[in-house]
Amino acid sequence: MTPPTGITRATLLKDLRLEWRSKDAINSMLFFSLLVVVVFSFSFDPTAEESRQIAGGLIWVAFLFAAVVALNQTWARELRNQVLDAYRVSPAPANSLFLAKVLGNFIFVIVLEALMTPLFIAFYRLRALGPAWQLLPLAMFGTWALVVNGTFFAAMCLRTRSREIMLPLLLFPISIPALLAMVQATTAILSGESSARFWIVLLSTYDLVFTTVCLLIFETVLNAE
Amino acid sequence: MKGNPYLFAAYAATWIIHIAYIGTIVSRYARLKREIDELKKPGLRSQEKPEARS
Amino acid sequence: MSKLFFIFALLTLLLLGYALHAALVTAPTERTMGDVQRIFYYHVPSAWTAFILFFINFGASVYYLIKRNPTADIVALVCAEVGVVFCTVVLITGPIWARPVWGIWWTWDMRLTSTLVLWLIYVSYLFLRRFSSSGQTPTLAAALAVLGALCVPFVYFSIWFFRTQHPQPVMGGGGSIDPRMLHVLLINWLAFSCFAFLVCWSRYRLERLQRDVDHAHAMEALRDPRGKLR
Repeated sequence: MTPPTGITRATLLKDLRLEWRSKDAINSMLFFSLLVVVVFSFSFDPTAEESRQIAGGLIWVAFLFAAVVALNQTWARELRNQVLDAYRVSPAPANSLFLAKVLGNFIFVIVLEALMTPLFIAFYRLRALGPAWQLLPLAMFGTWALVVNGTFFAAMCLRTRSREIMLPLLLFPISIPALLAMVQATTAILSGESSARFWIVLLSTYDLVFTTVCLLIFETVLNAE
Repeated sequence: MKGNPYLFAAYAATWIIHIAYIGTIVSRYARLKREIDELKKPGLRSQEKPEARS
Repeated sequence: MSKLFFIFALLTLLLLGYALHAALVTAPTERTMGDVQRIFYYHVPSAWTAFILFFINFGASVYYLIKRNPTADIVALVCAEVGVVFCTVVLITGPIWARPVWGIWWTWDMRLTSTLVLWLIYVSYLFLRRFSSSGQTPTLAAALAVLGALCVPFVYFSIWFFRTQHPQPVMGGGGSIDPRMLHVLLINWLAFSCFAFLVCWSRYRLERLQRDVDHAHAMEALRDPRGKLR
């Protein structure tokens, strides 16, 4: 029998290969966040000092909305040809599938962030006054927080009416503390006024708690009937 | 105690919200009652004259 | 059952009347805020009641996830719904109190903000219950309730830290509270808890009835295949 990590790897590689061939999710996410950047810069027209204050909120809101685009597609793909039902009757542990999906979305969103960040820097003339290296763990923890809950809720919304609307309705309220932490930490780092350490610790605790609980109850949700 | 509009507004708002919610419960209950009556009726009718509904 | 309900309803009404009298007449007038402070006797008990209801919702959801008990599911639903109603009361009476005292309708104060986030979480819970197909609603809702309840400490800590960096409006009467005021507050809390219990009780009976009717519809459809599909 294939070990759980093998199943995770196989599913993850399958998703990555699918994405590599179609590039549906990443293209729509990129274009979407580009639109957000342009629309916001038109509506605010900020100076360098102002943009340092608002950029944290802007970046993360753009990434959050873009991530929802990818999250909505994660499970919908498995509904075709009853792949998900086949998975449910197979003896493979549900958590391997969940982890594969989370990792896949994590990679997509991280790639998106890596591509979009230079654009943000150029458009808003950003320069960090605080320790810029902290942005890296911040992005990791923050993205994980969004993606782990997002993947879980996307699986939950799968069989609800109008699931594309349901996902943000469920995801955003629960993500408020994580989002607040990401935005505040980014602002703290960019403006250099205060330390971001508390927020990064809070985010990593949030990640730990929610990953554990999602792994504990994912199987129940997947098999809910 | 008398004449403070804010105090009055807060107390009134509290009861308006509660009464509105109780109102939805009552209306749902009334609708359910009607549904139960309907559910009882066609059952009897189909036993009396089976061809009536074809 | 029905008789007990009416006796309890009558007692609750009497208690609410007495509590209203206590809040408006018996309680001493606050020195700095004046009569507006009497909103306190409705605002705070509603908040406590809402928190208790959300806590019961969490407990019932965990119990449902473990035991698959349909009664626990109904209890969770009822508590969330009535809790949202009480939370709405808190969020509406809060600004009405804040306006004359602080001069602003809303401030992103720690308690106000965390109550608002709590309200948002439980409204999304009710949305999920509405939108999911009937067979799996209980499980999905219970999972969301568990995640939502786990989110509460994070909401509280993040907003606490967020707010301590910014100036706060001065809270009236921080510290000790007049024992007579405390007495009135507790009476009002008792009255509102009884009221919440009463509303939950009637909502619970409604939900039970609703499920019986749905079941009867299903049986009807099975028994009489020529019958009209509703």
